[in-house]
Formats: sequence, C-alpha cells, structure tokens
Amino acid sequence: MRKDIILSIENVSKQYRLGQIGTGALGHDLNRWWHRIRGKEDPYLKIGEVNDRSTKGTSDYVWALKDINFKVERGEVVGVIGKNGAGKSTLLKLMSRVTSPTTGEINFGGRVASLLEVGTGFHGEMTGRENIFLNGAILGMTKKEIASKLDEIIEFSGCERYIDTPVKRYSSGMYVRLAFAVAAFLEPEILIVDEVLAVGDAEFQKKAIGKMQDISRGGGRTVLFVSHNMAAVKQLCSKVIVLEFGTVVFEGNTNDGIEYYLQSNQYDGYIGHYVNEAVEESGFVSLALLDKNYAIRTEFGFDELITIKINVKVTEQYLNSHIGFRVIDRNERVIFTSEIKLASEIDKAGLYQFEVKLPQQFLVPNKFKLTFGMHIPNVALIDYQEECLSFEIVETGSDFHLFSGNDYGCVFMDCDWKIL
Amino acid sequence: MSIKNTKETWLFSISPNNKFFSINFNEIWQYRDLLFLFVKRDVITAHKQTVLGPLWYLIQPLFTSITFTIIFNNLAGIETGSVPPFLFNLTGIAVWNYFTSCLTGTSNTFANNAGIFGKVYFPRMISPLSKVISNLLKFGIQLIILTVFYLYFYLNGAAISLNFSFILFPFIVLIIGIFGLGLGMIISSMVTKYRDLNYLVGFGVQLLMYVSAVMYPMALVQQKMPNFVWLVKYNPLAYIIESTRHMILNVGQLSIGGLVYTLGVTIAVFIVGILLFNRTEKNFIDTV
Repeated sequence: MRKDIILSIENVSKQYRLGQIGTGALGHDLNRWWHRIRGKEDPYLKIGEVNDRSTKGTSDYVWALKDINFKVERGEVVGVIGKNGAGKSTLLKLMSRVTSPTTGEINFGGRVASLLEVGTGFHGEMTGRENIFLNGAILGMTKKEIASKLDEIIEFSGCERYIDTPVKRYSSGMYVRLAFAVAAFLEPEILIVDEVLAVGDAEFQKKAIGKMQDISRGGGRTVLFVSHNMAAVKQLCSKVIVLEFGTVVFEGNTNDGIEYYLQSNQYDGYIGHYVNEAVEESGFVSLALLDKNYAIRTEFGFDELITIKINVKVTEQYLNSHIGFRVIDRNERVIFTSEIKLASEIDKAGLYQFEVKLPQQFLVPNKFKLTFGMHIPNVALIDYQEECLSFEIVETGSDFHLFSGNDYGCVFMDCDWKIL
Repeated sequence: MSIKNTKETWLFSISPNNKFFSINFNEIWQYRDLLFLFVKRDVITAHKQTVLGPLWYLIQPLFTSITFTIIFNNLAGIETGSVPPFLFNLTGIAVWNYFTSCLTGTSNTFANNAGIFGKVYFPRMISPLSKVISNLLKFGIQLIILTVFYLYFYLNGAAISLNFSFILFPFIVLIIGIFGLGLGMIISSMVTKYRDLNYLVGFGVQLLMYVSAVMYPMALVQQKMPNFVWLVKYNPLAYIIESTRHMILNVGQLSIGGLVYTLGVTIAVFIVGILLFNRTEKNFIDTV
C-alpha cells in the first residue's frame, strides 16, 4: 500500500548571513547580480558552515539548516526536538511559509496553519470578540467558519465575561487563553505548533494538551510539534525528528528519539565527569555519572538508573576515612547524603573503584549538583570537591508529569501503602 | 477524502526559485475576509482615545486649505480664476492626501508588519491593499466636507459647476489608489534592505507636492516658468489633480494625452511594484 504523504521536504537548506545585515549588503547584492548575469552560481552559496553557535567561525554565512529530507504522512503527529539553535524554529518558519528555503523544495498536500506564537495580530484596542475574528482570519479561517465556532471558542477560552472588553485590559493569562482558544479551533490539514503549551496555568495546559490530542486523533489531522517539553512530546507524538546543528540526526519512533536526544544532546552546562590525575596521596582520581549503558551522561529521565563511578586513591594513613557525596538541588537545598566507611571494604592502600547506584524514580525532575568528600569525621578533611558534578532529571512522560507545576518536594518516595 | 499525493498533485510548493511574475489572485480572494477585517481594524483603532475622533480627518485638510489660501493666494497672489481659492486648495489637498496616505501607508508594509509576517503566512498583498481601502474611506469623509463647502460657495454665487467629465472621477480615484499602492510596494520592498529610503520618502513626499499642481493651476507654470514646466508636465500626479479640479470645479484643462500618460505610468509602476513585492515577501523576514 502506498502511504499517503501530506508533507515532503526535499534537500532543504537555509542560509543566513551573520553580523550586521545592511553594511555591505549592497556590495554582496551587486556581486550576486554580476554572477547571475554571467550565468554563474551565487558565489555566497558555496561558503557557509555548520551552525555551531559556540565556536567562532571563519565565514559570515552559516547554514541554519542543511540538506533536510523527510516526509510526513497524513494524520501523523511529528515531534521536532533539538537543543537551542539546532534549527527547529527555522524549519518551522519554512514550513509555515514565513520565509523560503535557500535551496530545496517543500511540498504541501493540504492547508497549513501555524501557531508559531499565539496571539499573533491581536490588537490591544479591539475587544476580545473582534480579536477572535481578526486572529482567526490571519490564521486562515473565513469569517463564516469563525462565526460558526465563536461560542465554542469563547467557552474554551473561559473569558466570556470580558469578551467585549478591549484585550489590552486583559491579564496576560486571559490574553493567552483567548489566543490559544482561537488557534485550537483552526481546521487546517497540517498544523504547526511551537511551544504554545508553555503558557497558562497548569489547568489550562492540561486542557491545551487534551485539545491537541483531540485534534490529532479525532480529526486525522497532521501536526508538527516543536517543544522542549519531553513529556508533552512523548504524550502527543507518534514520531520524532531530532535536529542537531541544522541536520536531521534521528527520525523515527518517539521513545527512541527522546532517548537519542537525551544521550546526544547533552546540555553543556552540566558536568558529567571529573578527573584529577594529579592526586599524589589520597583523594578522588575520577568521578563520573553513567547511564545504564555505562556512558557518561548529564541528563536522565525520571525513571532511569543513574550510576556514579568513583575512582579513589587511598594511602595507608587514611584507611580509616569515609568517602561520600551530597546531592544539592538548584535552590542550594541539600537533598541527602550518602557515604561509606572505607575500612569496612578495604584493608590496604591502593587505587579503588566504587560504583554507587541512585535509585530510579527517586530524585524528581530538577537540576542537581554533587559534592564529593573524603574525610575522617571530626579529624581530617582529605579531599573535598564542591559541586564537581551536575546533572538534570528530566520529565520523559512518566506519570509524574501530572504534577508539574506543583511543589512536590525534592524526592519521590515509594512508600508502602496498604489498604486496611 | 483521499487525495493521493504524487509529485504532480501537491496543493502548493515552496522553493527558492522566483517566478518572474507570480501574483496569486485566487489566494487573495480566499483571504478577502482578512482584507475586510484589516480595514475594520484600521477604522476602529485609528481614533481610539481621542476626543474628536474621525473629526481629525476633516480638521487637517480644512486648516491646510486655510493656510494655503492665506500664503499662496492672498500673500503670493496666485490666481485661481473664477473659483474661490479655498475650494481650489481644498480639492487639491483632498486628492493629494489620498495619494500620500496610500503611499505612506503602504511604503512601510514590511517593517511595520515584521512581527505578524514573521509568524504566519497570508498573502502579503492583503496588508497594503487594506491600507488603500481604509484610506479610501478617509477620502470619502473628506469628500463630504468638500461637498459641504462646494454647496456653500455655489449657493453664494461662485462660478463653479461640475464638468460632464465628472463621470470619470471614480476612474481617477482608482488611478490614485493604484499609483499610491504601486509606488508604496516598490518602496516597501526596497526599504527592508536599505532603510535610507525611509528618510527619502519622508521629505520626498513633501517636495513632490510642490511639483504636483496642488496649490496652483498647471497653466500658471507654463506661463511663469516655462523652463521648469517639465517638472510638472512629466509628473502624473499633476495631471491627476488638474483633472480632478476640471471635473469638479470646471477649471483648468482636461488633458486626454496627460491622462493616458498617467494611466501608462500607473500601470507600469503597479507592475514593477508587484514584481518587487513578490520577490521581497519570500525572504524579507531574514533581512528586516
């Protein structure tokens, strides 16, 4: 059976010019034009490099996207994930026809509407009702379509009381609700969504996710969804595409994609590895955070096993010391401490390796730092590495996301519950 | 509904190749509701939180006409024949205002709408078109005040009458709108890259008024400055304003050759405007 492809992206690349646009633009334009009338290729298309924002490049041109190819079937909900600057937004801009690619071709088999940002075109002086019509029309609905859904839109937004008040008097929450409500009742064949779920309070977010699910399941509509919210991606998407430096590095099943993303796209700000080869006497030689495959990682799912590997050098005089670590969250709260008495494990000097397993589903989604210490309690501090490792527990769609936004503490306790 | 998509049956495609001339009238028609709503937005929001509201549409041409009458007619002594100078100026200013509001309203299309253009797609032409239409409404209001003064002077015995060519007036209004739109689109396309044009438009429009026969009859230039008459003669706007006065006040001459020339220039400007606008709308968001 042939698949019903509704969106196809073929060899799409997008080049941007860095630095001040404007200065020298005329010169480049003239040069381009000179090449074109001689029938030559655009001289600036050849240059350009991979878009890695942290390294200084040699060229003024970068490829925000390079040779992107993929196809989307009718009714699929595709998640696009990647860290900041990977090209997600550029891709969405191309697909929502805001700008056109430098090379390649995008083909659409249906009407497209994009929610790159809700509330586009809202005018503060106009009332909620007037803005529903204006915003709906901007997003591609006809007046008749909007009029037929007006009551539903108003009800979904929950702003009935204010609907004839200018939106500049709205609270920011109401504004967003109204804007999302309009967007939620769009009926294009292809819907492009960028991070709109990051708005509103928890209750409204749940409503929004529910609506998104209805859209994709009920209507057989195709949705492209860009988000950093792995929980939402896992919940909504049937397929994911992982972008890295402007190229597609993974395309396929949602769970595998999220895992791929977590493994490959580690946030640079975390430290998963500490090495101090220069330890002469006693102390930590190396420390590392490992996942279940013994690869160094700094982002873990809530339900993943985290292993800490400790290489420690012990001299004769400190055989009676303890080694341990402290887990600190981003609010500088010490969550817990764990330690071991060396004397109970070893009896002579040497280089030892320890493996500590943090329990799964224990640390809640948050950012954490680890401080390691080697000491003889109340006598001597032998080695102390303050906050030398850091990592994040991310929500990957476990049951835990239900509580996001609530203060659920620092750890999750699987207590023993019994019905009496 | 089960449309099988092969390469040939896509609904639409995006690629970097520019077709030389591609304006999708069909698509603009599909978005006609948006056009209407943009016009409505302009009208609703134009005078929010002002005391006088739409009266401002009347105050501006009235005071300009009074000033012109004092300076150009009373002080400088420009003759307007049998027509009261005030009415002469008011007619010219109303037409001139329509042109400039179309031009300035559309010449900043891309820069003013960068926010919304950067988020969603709709035919970009809708935006300048809506400006031309909402300015037409404004022009309509100014025509009412013109009619009021026209009747006043007429009843007081001024020698004014409608010329039979008055039936061509809607056609003139259309030409003004299209000319302003075309010129505005050209400027808005170039201004995304070269902001200098913003400054040029600002005072260029002011200077243009002086060579557009707004506050003097075309014949006067011929008579007093024959060496500079080309400045006015090759200016399509001068023909537009002169013809309007001929139609409404029965003064000056209706140059058929001049009107044909004006029509030609308008069509040329409009086509160039669409070409540039289409080329710009694809990628302007990267440069704006």
